Amino acid sequence: MSVMPNPEPVAAPGGRPAPGPEPRPGRRAAWRRFLRHRLAAAGAAVVALLVLVAIFAPVLAPYDPLAQDYSAVLQPPSAAHPLGTDELGRDVLSRLIYGARLSILAGLISVGIALAIGLPLGLVSGYVGGFWDEVVIMRLTDALMAFPSLILALAIAAVLGPNFTNAMVAIGISLSPTFIRLVRGQVLAVREHEYVEAGRAVGAGHLWQIARHILPNISSPILVQVTLSLASAVISEASLSYLGLGTQPPHPSWGTSLRAAQGYLTVAPWLAYWPGAAIFVTVLAFNLLGDGLRDLLDPRLKT
Amino acid sequence: MLQFLIRRLLLSVPVLLLVTVLVFMLIHVVPGDPGRAILGPEATPEAVAAFNRAHGLDRPLHVQYLSWLAGVLRGDLGRSLVDGTPVSTLIAQRLPATVELAVGAMLVAGLIALPAGILAAVRRGTAVDHASTVLALAGLSVPQFWLGILLILFFAVRLRWLPASGYVPLTVDPVQNLKTMLLPILVTGLRESAVLMRMMRSSLLEVLRLDYVRTARAKGLGGWGVIVRHAARTALVPVLTVSGLQLAGLLGGLVITEQIFVIPGFGRLIVDSILNRDLITLKGAVLVAATMVVAVNFLVDVLYAWLDPRIKVTGGARA
Repeated sequence: MSVMPNPEPVAAPGGRPAPGPEPRPGRRAAWRRFLRHRLAAAGAAVVALLVLVAIFAPVLAPYDPLAQDYSAVLQPPSAAHPLGTDELGRDVLSRLIYGARLSILAGLISVGIALAIGLPLGLVSGYVGGFWDEVVIMRLTDALMAFPSLILALAIAAVLGPNFTNAMVAIGISLSPTFIRLVRGQVLAVREHEYVEAGRAVGAGHLWQIARHILPNISSPILVQVTLSLASAVISEASLSYLGLGTQPPHPSWGTSLRAAQGYLTVAPWLAYWPGAAIFVTVLAFNLLGDGLRDLLDPRLKT
Repeated sequence: MLQFLIRRLLLSVPVLLLVTVLVFMLIHVVPGDPGRAILGPEATPEAVAAFNRAHGLDRPLHVQYLSWLAGVLRGDLGRSLVDGTPVSTLIAQRLPATVELAVGAMLVAGLIALPAGILAAVRRGTAVDHASTVLALAGLSVPQFWLGILLILFFAVRLRWLPASGYVPLTVDPVQNLKTMLLPILVTGLRESAVLMRMMRSSLLEVLRLDYVRTARAKGLGGWGVIVRHAARTALVPVLTVSGLQLAGLLGGLVITEQIFVIPGFGRLIVDSILNRDLITLKGAVLVAATMVVAVNFLVDVLYAWLDPRIKVTGGARA
């Protein structure tokens, strides 16, 4: 049991049970695995599409996402503006497309930060053990995990000052305890394997051991966690921006757009549909991909 | 059991101490000085210096920390920089709405998740199971502020059945309170049910493989009889643990729901204190949020040990 309260959308704690003997092996099990592959594949396809949209945003967007047009304020969807215009006459579709950039970037940077904190600390904790592990790193992790993660991110973002970069730092820190724990646990499990002991016996150095024997063997669960954390990070960035503490206007973050849309619900409800749908689809895609990868790569994680 | 209680309690102490250090560091070891951060860039250097002196912010950090900690231990979280109200009073005013929201949401979550989780486990590998997995993932992925806004659009703006906001305390007008809290409770509960449903499913699947379930089946108990009378009860133990942890997370982290539906709860206190640059209130509220998590974790562990005597505390117990 290492389940902690986490209001963020990481995969459900616990997940599915260890793969015991299937009640009815054969066609049904194969079908089930195929379906799960398909879900993962669907997730991967959507993620790939989003990355393409993010890269080619300038080509795809019909308008400049920041260009204001006071003659076309709060217009419903039309031929000129397929998703309508916002309160400043900006094209909703163009802002949505550029928002993909911010969201994907937000996910990559903050998960990168979480990994940069969690991987070395988890490695030291698991590999070195002793004082640094039990007294310093794990207790610090316990304390960090005591904070509801959005609150931790909020507080850090607030203290550093609300902007996109600081939001990434805040989200990265709030995601890092999960990585510390995961990496530590995996290292502890792998450390006792024969190939690591064999390496020790022939006098392999610690860094060599870590680079050659440990890291490659713990990469699958880390990859799974990275994918699921991307989902968390995207929704956290949107949440911080929705609260006004992440990306600041006029940048077209999906969360910022939703925050603005809430003021025009009765006159321009379409403003609220699209940014939220975009967040939903992005987060769902990462979650599907992560969930599928977990099934495919690492059955141990299912317990 | 008493030994377990004491050991477990002792394990919480260093974590709580570390939490106070982290909260303190978060607010004080920021780049720049706290007076400047609170008063803003417009303030004169003299005003900042005077502010720092008045609030003891010019003393060495460890002195500030120890005096703050001494206050915290006495239940004194300081006074709001906005109007001088004790932070503990502010928190006490804001908690009832959040507690109602959190408890209501967990009830909704349980009502959805338990039957759905049981059904998914029993019908493992079927379309029902897959549908519930996809639905749970969707529930985890939907941004709460969007779901909240959509529900407001539908129930408040279009149908005019429920108010979009306008919190009324339960003690003042229970009917109106329920009307305003229904949508926020639903939005939060749906999300939490996704987590809980997956837990119920995996827990029940594990139990269904155990010997005593097979024995009960061999004795001739029918499918649902075994599941309801024997298996589901055992499977509920870890599910209870998770829901306890979820509840703790909600008590401290309902920021988003409270923001959408304009509920004057604990989460909004945190957001308001950030927007007002009221770092004293922020410090107190964040500390209380983390302490609630540690406390509920402790209670959950005790409950767990009581329900399942096989559990013994081991070195790396959770905080």
